[in-house]
Amino acid sequence: MKQLTTPRMDQCIGCQSCALACARLVHKRISWQTSGIRIHSSGGLSTGFIANRCLACDPAPCTAVCPTGAFTNRRGGGVIVKANVCIQCGNCIAACPVDAICRDRVGNVYVCIHCGQCVEFCPQNCLEMVEVNGVAEVLP
Amino acid sequence: MIRQEFRVLLFDVTVGRGKIVLLGGRNEVAGGSGLAAMLYAKYGQPTLPASDAVQPLIFAIGPLTGYFPLMSKMVCSFKSNYHNEYTESHAGGRAALALRFADLDALVITGRAKQLSCLCIGANHLEMKEATFLRGMDAESAGKLIRRMFKEGSGHRSIMRIGPAGEGGLAMAAINVDTYRHFGRMGGGAAMGMKNIKGIVIHGDCDFKVPEDKAYRSLYQEIYSKVTSTEMMRKYHNLGTAANLESLNEISSLPWKNLQQTSDPAIASITGGIFADDTLLRNGACSGCPVGCIHIGFIREKIGLDNRYHYHQVAYDYEPIFAAGTMLGITNTFDVLRILEVMEKAGLDAMSAGVALAWATEATERGLITVKETLVPLCFGEAKGYQQAADYLGCGSTDFYRLLGQGTLRAADVYGGSEFACVLGQEMAGYATGELFFAAQTLGFRHSHLDTGAYSYDQKNSDQDINKAVDFLIDDEPGRAFLTSMVGCLFARSVYTEKQLAECLAIVGFADLAGSIPAASENIRRLRWKVRTETGFNPENFSIPKRFYQVKTWKGTIDGTYLDKLKDEYGRRIMALVKEVDTPK
Repeated sequence: MKQLTTPRMDQCIGCQSCALACARLVHKRISWQTSGIRIHSSGGLSTGFIANRCLACDPAPCTAVCPTGAFTNRRGGGVIVKANVCIQCGNCIAACPVDAICRDRVGNVYVCIHCGQCVEFCPQNCLEMVEVNGVAEVLP
Repeated sequence: MIRQEFRVLLFDVTVGRGKIVLLGGRNEVAGGSGLAAMLYAKYGQPTLPASDAVQPLIFAIGPLTGYFPLMSKMVCSFKSNYHNEYTESHAGGRAALALRFADLDALVITGRAKQLSCLCIGANHLEMKEATFLRGMDAESAGKLIRRMFKEGSGHRSIMRIGPAGEGGLAMAAINVDTYRHFGRMGGGAAMGMKNIKGIVIHGDCDFKVPEDKAYRSLYQEIYSKVTSTEMMRKYHNLGTAANLESLNEISSLPWKNLQQTSDPAIASITGGIFADDTLLRNGACSGCPVGCIHIGFIREKIGLDNRYHYHQVAYDYEPIFAAGTMLGITNTFDVLRILEVMEKAGLDAMSAGVALAWATEATERGLITVKETLVPLCFGEAKGYQQAADYLGCGSTDFYRLLGQGTLRAADVYGGSEFACVLGQEMAGYATGELFFAAQTLGFRHSHLDTGAYSYDQKNSDQDINKAVDFLIDDEPGRAFLTSMVGCLFARSVYTEKQLAECLAIVGFADLAGSIPAASENIRRLRWKVRTETGFNPENFSIPKRFYQVKTWKGTIDGTYLDKLKDEYGRRIMALVKEVDTPK
């Protein structure tokens, strides 16, 4: 079982290709926001970039507050999402300690499912899929 | 989202209210450059001055923006106070995707705010805030404060702002886009300043369905691979445009010291490689572009005597380096960045400002002006003087600098020295490649080296066939106008061929436009010229200063007769195009 990691974010150039890829390939959206990974600067473009994404908590606090079972714990950390049973209550967003879950204007929620499709769209090799037990430390 | 109509936000800053309109014309003008020209034709007042409050300031993107890699630029069009004619400028950063995800094809700002203000728009919000506390503030500090004024949307918004140069209405004032990109040329900053708008925040906060055609994913992947895995874009990815310094110097086409030379052995200390080795801090990218051509250098300044330092980041490219470097005889890379930083903060177009200061230096050498006008001694190679002078220029500190800020020729009209003013329609671009480039930049639509391939033609052709050369310009223009209507980065023109663009357009749902690219391209080209002509363009408005006739390139000294004939013929052909156009309403 692998999870998405962002070990080389200091190489990020802010092209947002990863976010666009996740939205396009995973969530079937054209977006830089409704995706499992979202890139933003840490206080202006002169300060480098941060990737907002699921850190694969195990167990994940977002699953504990989900009233419908739309979010359940994924083996090894992170969540399995059943969008068809989500009632868009937003509890998961409030429960996530690292702001990894976003919602669109009609309330649909988006979170990384650790599929790794974004990795090949990073031109700077910032992202990497790593076996769960091989993750040495969590890097933002 | 994909829709045949153009969804346009009209915002009247006089009353602080907006209006959404849906306009037709997709298959005729496509978007971007074509859309901007159509919008000026509809909302502009061609015979009124650029400073009139009714004149629109237009921002437009294209049908492929956000849908494919490198479709990441935005067109800004307005009536320029530089020459009082319609013009365009292009910029990247996050602006294009932000407008796309605000679900707009264009933003048209009219009127004049009662007080200095900032505008914030998004897919479901529209807000104008008074911002008089930003008056006179440099573009960098203003960006920081605007981020605090409008807290939402980090990472998914664009912040465009002006510095003192724009507030002061200087014709060489730029609009800073997301710190490292600019609508630089022709006074876009002044157009924004005249609206009393210090900053515009575009929040891209909505999303769209992926195109239904399943082939979209594979086409995206194919283009992404082309731009990241092949050599096609490596130049821009590696040294960036700064690689041109050495190669243009090698072929005697790099302007030095107000174009008194086109080559100098001192290039050895100011090549793209030296910039990368010594000053390059990191790279950046426009949103949606994996190439990442933005090169950001650093300067480190010591505070006092102890080991206390602060540092600054300054983006560099070939043309800013030419303007603040070789044109001023500056051959220390860090000094170039120091001068550029001052221009950046003042909100000056670096190319225009550098060329203007080069003229002022030669005018000083010739005794036409003195330190009484310039306040600091100007001498080729002396960086500190240029740093100070750039600040005086950007802030319009004296009558002399205010005049120079309206254009080098305006100052030369008063003080003399027009024969060595390096102005081809506007302060020259950094390509002293030969006769065709000089003619093309003088009359080109936005006086940009990217309006035509003339700089490339000069480097490959030494014959003097006027019809062949002008045919090249005329035939080359529609394709470029179409790509800037998409609005794709012109660095990607080898990737986005007409065939490739047709495939992209068809797959996202613009089949009709995909099937009529040649006709649309020609229509856009003619429409842009028609709109510009209605604002006063006439080839006879533009002359070529004597300095350009003295230039020596790899082909030898410029042939003045050939240059004049090229300009005459190019002007004649442009006006012939204008007569045939039918402006869509």
